[in-house]
Amino acid sequence: MAAKKPAKKAPAKKANVSKDELLQYYKDMLLIRRFEEKAGQLYGMGLIGGFCHLYIGQEAVVVGLEAAAKEGDKRITSYRDHGHMLACGMDPKGVMAELTGREGGYSKGKGGSMHMFSKEKHFYGGHGIVAAQVPLGAGLAFSDKYKGNDNVTFTYFGDGAANQGQVYESYNMAELWDLPVVFVIENNQYAMGTSTQRSTKSPSYWERGAAYGIEGEEVDGMDVLAVKEAGEKAVAHCRAGKGPYILEIKTYRYRGHSMSDPAKYRTREEVQKMRDERDAIEQVRDMLLTGKHASEDDLKAIDKEIKSVVNEAAEFSKESPEPSLDELYTDIYMEAEA
Amino acid sequence: MATEILMPALSPTMEEGTLAKWLVKEGDTVSSGDILAEIETDKATMEFEAVDEGIVGKILVAEGTEGVKVNTAIAVMIEEGESADDVAEAKPADAQAAPDEPAAAAPAAPVAVVTPTEMDIPEGTEMKPTTVREALRDAMAEEMRSNENVFLMGEEVAEYQGAYKISQGLLDEFGAKRVIDTPITEHGFAGIGVGAAFGGLNPIVEFMTFNFAMQAIDHIINSAAKTLYMSGGQMGAPIVFRGPNGAAARVGAQHSHDYASWYSQVPGLKVVMPYSAADAKGLLKTAIRDPNPVIFLENEILYGQSFDVPVMDDYTVPFGKAKIWREGTDVTIVSFGIGMKYALEAADELAKDGISAEVIDLRTLRPLDLPTVIESVKKTNRCVTVEEGFPVCSIGSYLSAQIMTEAFDYLDAPVLNCTGKDVPMPYAANLEKLALTTTKEVMDAVKAVTYR
Repeated sequence: MAAKKPAKKAPAKKANVSKDELLQYYKDMLLIRRFEEKAGQLYGMGLIGGFCHLYIGQEAVVVGLEAAAKEGDKRITSYRDHGHMLACGMDPKGVMAELTGREGGYSKGKGGSMHMFSKEKHFYGGHGIVAAQVPLGAGLAFSDKYKGNDNVTFTYFGDGAANQGQVYESYNMAELWDLPVVFVIENNQYAMGTSTQRSTKSPSYWERGAAYGIEGEEVDGMDVLAVKEAGEKAVAHCRAGKGPYILEIKTYRYRGHSMSDPAKYRTREEVQKMRDERDAIEQVRDMLLTGKHASEDDLKAIDKEIKSVVNEAAEFSKESPEPSLDELYTDIYMEAEA
Repeated sequence: MATEILMPALSPTMEEGTLAKWLVKEGDTVSSGDILAEIETDKATMEFEAVDEGIVGKILVAEGTEGVKVNTAIAVMIEEGESADDVAEAKPADAQAAPDEPAAAAPAAPVAVVTPTEMDIPEGTEMKPTTVREALRDAMAEEMRSNENVFLMGEEVAEYQGAYKISQGLLDEFGAKRVIDTPITEHGFAGIGVGAAFGGLNPIVEFMTFNFAMQAIDHIINSAAKTLYMSGGQMGAPIVFRGPNGAAARVGAQHSHDYASWYSQVPGLKVVMPYSAADAKGLLKTAIRDPNPVIFLENEILYGQSFDVPVMDDYTVPFGKAKIWREGTDVTIVSFGIGMKYALEAADELAKDGISAEVIDLRTLRPLDLPTVIESVKKTNRCVTVEEGFPVCSIGSYLSAQIMTEAFDYLDAPVLNCTGKDVPMPYAANLEKLALTTTKEVMDAVKAVTYR
């Protein structure tokens, strides 16, 4: 870390952020990055198969929004889901063991990278069909409204999904029925290999909500404090019974779309520039150091701590046995109560 | 010249209706577009307009008359100078528009010829004639009363009272929170329904027809059916997708598809296709209580048919249990849904020729009660399957394979499948009739396997 250049553009100082909070965001983002780097390694070693979509570069989005969530709030996302799970407090061991397809994984090895769930943490997947999670998220919000509580559902989707018709069907019904859902567009600028310029005529995605009467805004997704602040505003809107809110969070994915993506659609320089100048973790690191909230040694200690958590997760994911063969025929139907 | 006004057909499946109210009286002069009467069909109350100008000479059917057959003369129009006495010479107006007997129309009388023995009904239980439509509504209402997490959503289910009147009265009883009109947006509201089920509710999602569920099939299969497995058993979707399926009458290729075999292929789904009103009620109640996604395939032609339904506080029918409608010794006819109509009619006719057919209604296609079918085939040594869906990869072809595997040595003839034809549904009445399976085809198949 220390060898890297400090972020050039310092984020605007946000009021009301404590040292502890800053340190927590730093840790949470770093955990996601180190976890994903490890997942990339395990994939290269053949321990993780199939599709594996890494979240590296986008960490500030989920960490910022989780900072705005409260107990009972729900979240649902697409197949690029590892960061969301770690950010909402799911166990890195269980996530990594699912990636390696082992019994100790969140879905007992039957879901894989794209399909994990946690009832306990209100994480509803992990969905592999682009944009399918959007009406599902609106439906989760429907269930909270029906039950009369004030929870919200964070429904994450990408700029690619933002061109699917079901997103707009969901916008319409969410606003019609005042559903407490935060539509989070993680605009990382590439839908697999197609840049937003090549796929989308309108310059911004969040403004499309206006056609349905939904308020929203664009957010700097490389600035965790800006994300948190926007998240708090969105959540307050939903909890007040004013219906959905859209956050278009401008972010960037450093790695390919999936492990098998050579990423020929953009230059190495473009990626490097983003890493050098806009990296979310570096920005917080810089704030911690310049604000004298932490010393280099403190941060080294945090790095070490995170590394050990990730290594433990990797070890667990290798040692956990493959699911027993009778698991093939379980969990297809839930037993009906007599 | 005096012309007769005929009882109009106001829906694809209407055969008769109630002349609810006359809005004109004898001697009134009317012009084209004036409303003559209100006619109540099985689905809605419709206004019936004059197509031509003239004077109402005579009203032949009094208001309030029920069961007025389509094409019955209900009034006579005369021209100025004519008198009502000219009525006798009246010619039917617009005779050309009067449709032929609709090809797929169901007979007016209920076809249940044998009251099947139903283990779950205590002896002496009162039976009440009920239409399939009412039975479905009653099932939803009962389950909504007992579980506040059950709600109904779909197009026109609330204020319109259901496109096919299945949800009639539910909005009044349960309110707009639990009976929810959606925009026309199947993909979206199916997804919202599944999400609500993930969130702990028990949605009933009505599709105006299952043809429209094609827009939503990704959520039915990928989101609802697979999540329990993908989550290692942590969460599933307790949801019912229901609506009319298969051919109605003269509604063309895009509104006539039978999806029974499509959905039956998918692990994680349960698939139900009732024939009688009692089964419609009992199976729908079971479906709403089931913690898994259930595809509930209804049939528009059956909606208006009456069957005996047991008067019980809580009548349910279990999944995976076929019903033997009539016992027989010479051949097993296996069907489900509206296919049962042909199966039972054929069995009746065959009995006259001395052929004793055992008729099995599968009722649920997933889980499938294969043991009942196999047991029967072991007894009769012959089997004919009946369904309205396409022949390739049909339920019948699956049954044939299973019977071959499980009862090969018992077969005295190949299993024959009576199915819809391998063509998109044509509109023309004669072609549509040809595209569907018929009682005669079932009889022919039975005669072929019994070598008569």
